[in-house]
Amino acid sequence: MSERILPGLQLEKVDDRIMTLNVGPQHPGSGHMRIILKVDGDYIVHCDPDPGYVHRGEEKMAEYRNYITNIPHLERPVIHDSCNILYPYCLGVEELLGLEVPERAKYLRVIAAELNRCVYTQYWLGIYGIFLGHSTMFMWPVGDRELFIDLLEKMTGARVTHSYFVPGGIRNDVPPNFEDVCLRHVNYFEKRIKEYADVFYDNPILISRTKDTGILSREDAIKLGTTGSVLRASGVDFDIRKKEPYDVYEEMDFDTNVLKEGDSYARSKIPWLDMFQSCRIIRDALQKMPKSGSVRVKLKPNPRGGDTEVYRRVESGRGTLGMHIVSKGKPQPYRLKMSVGSFRNLIAMPHLLTGEKLGNLPPVYWSLNYWPVEADR
Amino acid sequence: MSSTNNTEIEKIEDTSLVSDTEKSLSDSISKKFPNVQITYVNPNRIRVNVKREEIIDVASFIRDELHFDHAESVSGVDYPEDNQVEVVYHLGSYTDPSLSKQILALATRTPREDIPHPGNDNTKLPSLYDVFPSVSFHERECFEMLGVYFEGNPDNRRLLLPEDWADIPPLRKDFAIKGR
Repeated sequence: MSERILPGLQLEKVDDRIMTLNVGPQHPGSGHMRIILKVDGDYIVHCDPDPGYVHRGEEKMAEYRNYITNIPHLERPVIHDSCNILYPYCLGVEELLGLEVPERAKYLRVIAAELNRCVYTQYWLGIYGIFLGHSTMFMWPVGDRELFIDLLEKMTGARVTHSYFVPGGIRNDVPPNFEDVCLRHVNYFEKRIKEYADVFYDNPILISRTKDTGILSREDAIKLGTTGSVLRASGVDFDIRKKEPYDVYEEMDFDTNVLKEGDSYARSKIPWLDMFQSCRIIRDALQKMPKSGSVRVKLKPNPRGGDTEVYRRVESGRGTLGMHIVSKGKPQPYRLKMSVGSFRNLIAMPHLLTGEKLGNLPPVYWSLNYWPVEADR
Repeated sequence: MSSTNNTEIEKIEDTSLVSDTEKSLSDSISKKFPNVQITYVNPNRIRVNVKREEIIDVASFIRDELHFDHAESVSGVDYPEDNQVEVVYHLGSYTDPSLSKQILALATRTPREDIPHPGNDNTKLPSLYDVFPSVSFHERECFEMLGVYFEGNPDNRRLLLPEDWADIPPLRKDFAIKGR
């Protein structure tokens, strides 16, 4: 092995001003990740994120498993958003195998993906709240997401890791009275999340802690290749659901939320605003969905792809999620690469934190909508 | 989109699926760089194979003239039978609305050695960091996972693997998972 300097292991000159501070990897404020900071008094002068604490080699594992048996482990990187992480995989495998998804399954996929996006966003919002010292904002979202978890349990049979999407459709149809229950839950949920403005988003303490901290300009957001809420908070209108619609998103009635400020407050507000759009999409899909029909095409055992490659992407809770699948005519993918939003937004982190005060670490870091397990894969 | 073979230069049969945008993009690349091989032009997807000496010029052209502005992913693929490692940059555009559907896959290959010494052997590529700064962490990941050293990337330290990892790069095909 070549000699290489490893993160955090460099020998450093003892300096009387600059101090190195390890945040994580087991500290709850950092997620499962270490952030190596250099601080001068209260100011961060250098920031070096060191992900990899929960790296599980998902991409390597995928090369050993058939297209169908890949489903349960591929959703593990982000279990709260498991439908959206399987979405590009299923779209890609469908393209490889030339499958046509039944119409009803497309709508149910959109509903499940939007419910999952809300479940993920609520969990993230809870964490964002508690790390800013706002216990109510932890309790409320974590309680309200139970509504959608119940709905997803009715749909899929599992509370978090659904394994609901399969190449060629979805695993099973929904129970008979699902549409009524779903509509009721979505209406109540929307009423609830409106109240978050009073307790959190219009709260002067939150505003004073997050406004004008960690500003990412539009140019930098594009240059660094950020995605999702981070990008849209910096004034770039880019959402895969609008720009490259997959399944039936083209027919759905919704808007994308774009803010121009680019600070932590804008970044934390975009996912919340997106939840209202998710409710709109779910209501629209429930209305337009065919009331009956098959939800899955029958697959041959151990299907094989051709000698080709695909790259498909969707909009997940954390931004664009792309999967590059290389097929060599075997029942297993030859190579599967996941390009995840968390990993892409991590590139912006040193840029945002350098020059900030140490106390601004939680509001800036969690506003990146970062999910360490997804970034590590 | 069909699962047709595209190992050789074979453009998609049904040209009605391919829009003018893709055609004009691939034409302008092949006009400027005649040595470049356009592997396929599918709806919303173009794949360009370049030699490693040319990659910086082609990438700069793609950024300046075709307005692709960021890299979505950098995926390395190991081909032991060809004795090569391939690196595919998936490039996208935020600034040009007509390109928001497009992903341009810019692929290049580098020789592969049976006993790798990451960073000290022939498996090297010029980094695209100066052209697309968004590749920084992706190239770092590619280096530790496939042993492709990117010359010019300011940071080639380890990212996801443990500090005491002493085996060969794990996404090489000759690295086998135990029991599989």
